[in-house]
Amino acid sequence: MSIDKETAAKVAKLARIRVDDDRLEALAGEFNAVLGFIEQLGEVDVEGVEPMVSVTPMRLKRREDVVTDGGMQKKVLSNAPDAREGFFAVPKVVE
Amino acid sequence: MAELNGMKIAAARDALRAGEVTSVELTEACLAAVEGAGALNAFVHHTPEIALEQARAADARIKAGDAPAMCGIPLGIKDLFCTRGVPSQAGSKILDGFRPEYESTVTQNLFDAGAVMLGKLNMDEFAMGSSNETSVYGNAVNPWRRGNDDAPLTPGGSSGGSAAAVAADLCLAATGTDTGGSIRQPAAFTGITGIKPTYGRCSRWGIVAFASSLDQAGPMTRSVRDAAIMLEAMCGHDPKDSTSVDLPVPDFEAMLTGDIRGKKIGIPREYRMDGMPDEIEALWAEGQRMLEDAGAEMVDISLPHTKYALPAYYVIAPAEASSNLARYDGVRYGHRAKLAQGDGITEMYEKTRAEGFGPEVQRRVMVGTYVLSAGFYDAYYNRARKVRTLIKRDFEEVFAAGIDAILTPATPSAAFGLGEMSDADPVAMYLNDVFTVTVNLAGLPGIAVPAGLDKQGLPLGLQLIGRPWEEGDLLNGAYALEQAAGFVAKPGKWW
Repeated sequence: MSIDKETAAKVAKLARIRVDDDRLEALAGEFNAVLGFIEQLGEVDVEGVEPMVSVTPMRLKRREDVVTDGGMQKKVLSNAPDAREGFFAVPKVVE
Repeated sequence: MAELNGMKIAAARDALRAGEVTSVELTEACLAAVEGAGALNAFVHHTPEIALEQARAADARIKAGDAPAMCGIPLGIKDLFCTRGVPSQAGSKILDGFRPEYESTVTQNLFDAGAVMLGKLNMDEFAMGSSNETSVYGNAVNPWRRGNDDAPLTPGGSSGGSAAAVAADLCLAATGTDTGGSIRQPAAFTGITGIKPTYGRCSRWGIVAFASSLDQAGPMTRSVRDAAIMLEAMCGHDPKDSTSVDLPVPDFEAMLTGDIRGKKIGIPREYRMDGMPDEIEALWAEGQRMLEDAGAEMVDISLPHTKYALPAYYVIAPAEASSNLARYDGVRYGHRAKLAQGDGITEMYEKTRAEGFGPEVQRRVMVGTYVLSAGFYDAYYNRARKVRTLIKRDFEEVFAAGIDAILTPATPSAAFGLGEMSDADPVAMYLNDVFTVTVNLAGLPGIAVPAGLDKQGLPLGLQLIGRPWEEGDLLNGAYALEQAAGFVAKPGKWW
């Protein structure tokens, strides 16, 4: 399995990372180095083995379904690059 | 008394309680040491006002009696921990300017115990790296050098700033985090002690997430005793982290008897790697001899899936990272790219993430995206999780057979030169974690202890791996090793 320029471009798009066209070839090469390395996993007999969900077997704790937090709009917005009138501001999303 | 900033936690605690020194004096000595160590680039955000205020409060508390062990102890905090009102960037440009409105549970636990924060420590961006060379702050530098050669060496990574700061006596100890070896490898590279506890021992709440199923915080210290003292203060159940275990925290220090008679120490044959330097092999053999002399029994064991740990890690960790790092979108915190006329929200995401993430982080996020994408999820991600089950099973089987702990080298080499790996492909750098990454995949506790110097005068470490939740027993084994090794070397001060 080898990644070409088109696949690299598709992955960059899915990851929402802009990659210039002239970088795609090199990026595909780096992916292939990493994927070549992880390809070894194909040698392992995993027949009947459950994929690990949690490394420490434990039952998830439960709590009352109540509001435990909130009322801190100012704090929530304090680090926003652009906040207006109590909201996060972003470029127009709907026409 | 030695220089105050060079004290160990245990000695400082005793001196503080005896009234022989104050926390303000300790803190001022450390702040001066930090001030004079710019060349190490270990501290990247300085918080002297907070430190002195905490030190004064600690002194009052000590005077009133009944102060906890960590009270008044000056620490460095890895930049990965969110600290209220103090820059917390995870070594990344994308969190430029971020000042959390909240405190991570681990740092809160330490502050509740009276510890003092000197500042934030350098690290690889989002803890992705083994040399501290992916940091937005630039490289942290190892205080150790090869003999008279002044070529700068890596302190290891990702907790490189923590390791450099502790080894250079800039603070009494530091926090680290470990996803694949990020506490133990830098500890080994700088001649200090670092323990990654069992997954779930320390709360991950408020620690910038890399790979949530692998990340654990732990202490980096100048002795095993200090690691025991500091770990106890860091851990404990936290309702805000659903994977944090609800088990009592033992008095780890009280378990340091040094008596390991009758303990069975496993020596895994798969850790004997092709091309392993003779010095590492010799150190490992020496470690076995030391533990044997202390009355433990060495047992040849097999962990057959060891070879597949790194490949499994490089599926699972990037997959989790791609998901965790999706939050950096330029909306809620940190960097947002300047947009061109007509750019919409997708351009904002793409430009922000291209500008904000460095090359290694971008690569891992994209690899993670790929292995999780439709059509490859089963072939890569699910297969890796199955292999992870087998790796954990390997350990369960040897522990069930009566093995108490496992001895391995901590790293495949001593510290290498900064920039020396820059032309290698990414996989060559990944091999640094070959002895440590299995421990994260299996969720086990592991500790690196300095055990000797190589021919060039650089420190080398050994790793002990323990049973889950038995950090006390593990620390005791490490204590026996530390006593036998008698490692006291310090880097010559050149900075």
